[in-house]
Amino acid sequence: MNSLRRQWPLYVLMILPMTFFIIFKYIPMAGVMVAFKDYNMFQGIWASEWVGLDVFREVFSMPQFYRALRNTLMLNFFSLLTFPIPIILAILLNELRIHWYKRVSQTLLYLPHFISWVIVGGMAIRLLATHTGSVNQFIKNLGGNPIPFLENEFLWILTYTGAGVWHYAGWGTILYLAALTTINKELYEAADVDGASRLRKIWHVTLPGIKPTIIVLFILQIGRMAEISFEQPYALRNELVMDVAQVISTYVYTVGIQSAQFSIATAVGLFQSVVGLILLLTAEFLSRKINNQGIF
Amino acid sequence: MIRNPGEKVIDAIIIVLVGIFALFCVLPMIHIFALSFSGNRAIMSGEVFLLPVDFTLQSYEAVFNDASMIRSLVFTVILVVVYTLIALTMTTMAAYALSRRHFRGKNIMFGLIIATMFFNPGIIPNYLLIKGLHLLDSPWALILPIMINAFLLIIMKTSFSQIPTELEDSAWMDGCGHFRFLLKIVLPLQLPILATIALYSAVDRWNVFQDALFYINDRDKYPLQLKLYQIVINSQVNDATAQEGFNASTPIPQGIQSASIMFATIPIILVYPWLQKYFISGMLQGAVKG
Repeated sequence: MNSLRRQWPLYVLMILPMTFFIIFKYIPMAGVMVAFKDYNMFQGIWASEWVGLDVFREVFSMPQFYRALRNTLMLNFFSLLTFPIPIILAILLNELRIHWYKRVSQTLLYLPHFISWVIVGGMAIRLLATHTGSVNQFIKNLGGNPIPFLENEFLWILTYTGAGVWHYAGWGTILYLAALTTINKELYEAADVDGASRLRKIWHVTLPGIKPTIIVLFILQIGRMAEISFEQPYALRNELVMDVAQVISTYVYTVGIQSAQFSIATAVGLFQSVVGLILLLTAEFLSRKINNQGIF
Repeated sequence: MIRNPGEKVIDAIIIVLVGIFALFCVLPMIHIFALSFSGNRAIMSGEVFLLPVDFTLQSYEAVFNDASMIRSLVFTVILVVVYTLIALTMTTMAAYALSRRHFRGKNIMFGLIIATMFFNPGIIPNYLLIKGLHLLDSPWALILPIMINAFLLIIMKTSFSQIPTELEDSAWMDGCGHFRFLLKIVLPLQLPILATIALYSAVDRWNVFQDALFYINDRDKYPLQLKLYQIVINSQVNDATAQEGFNASTPIPQGIQSASIMFATIPIILVYPWLQKYFISGMLQGAVKG
């Protein structure tokens, strides 16, 4: 039954997928050696000279690197502050008693998740630009002064965070809503018998019911503090806010692909990946400790 | 259960709060939609809110008459179709093989695949690989490096492994090998998961921006989002210089910008509500183990 005669087609099926993983996932992993070499485009990766940790020494002496690192952590921190929004939203949706209203709301809430960051960036400019944005035109028509949402550094950070909420918050409710359906209905009935109010039921039944989900997602988000997407900051930023908008991912692009300083850019990326891996493993460890259940 | 007036007030507050958030999600899009159909004068004077003012199709005419925009659209549609077919085939092959009970070496292979999810070598090693393979400026650069998404592979493998082993055994007795079993029995049973994977793949490439920015310089091969990004960038330069009356580049009217945004958004908005359940089921299955 378990003979090679029966299993060979499975090996055939795996040929292309495994080739894919080796070429496009494992070769780039080997490619991080560029960070330890003085990469010369004409000699290629293999023939370029090994320089040990010289590239990292150079990276750690560059103020732009620290600026990108600081901005990455700062923008992620602001995003972390919005962590409770999907939870609140999920609980509100769960409390809705009008079924069609709930369904329509969910459809509208999930929609932004499928809108690309370029489009979000484009809409942000159309709406928030200081002179031509609709919001500021509205303010001017009311006789107010335009607000530089995209040009003032602090306001830009808020715009970035708000765009993140717009894009992720609705979709983020899905996992909580799924967790909410697993709460034992009898707990609510028992609370009714005790005469508990709506808010007390939310506090004493609903929230404890989704606590494990909240903890896992919170730990996971902390575990990703050193990582940042490329597209969100890149699509929203402009020349005037570079001091707060240049993050690790966009910095690697600028230094590496645009200026062809491949060794330095690889080293910056590798630094981020290693810190990210350590944070993620710490998150997994914490999750096992608190929830008795790992994330993975 | 009898509801007292207090309960009704709470109900009303909840309805309003959810409504506000839902509006927060759609109002920006409705507003841009209105701008895209409005006359330039009305836009500049800030009269447009949720309905078009001085209704006109001018902006859309400009977008559809822009040959480079149409080229980007055609390029993107082909990219989406080709990528989705390839991703679906590759993911299915791997998911099927890895979900079989009797398959020596599957744990090692699966382990090798999972390991790639933990360590991301970063932007540059990937870029150098694409460069080394001479794929810069090739549409294949937007397809080959992401043929299999490990998350989606796990979802599919989990779904495939729910097919009872007895079914496979009896098919084997009847002389039905793995290829026939996969094509004739597994795939028809697994249409929902195939739809989920196809949708995620299609949306991913419809929205492709980062890869294109890194790998594509040839304007003839700009996907829609990259094309759109340029229009966005231009608009921002215009806004910063509008006050000084300085005109370095030809300004792109806001109506056309809005129409361009809608041009890339409307397909998603049209398709998404009908297929919502597949997206959600994918999200939930991915979260169970992943």
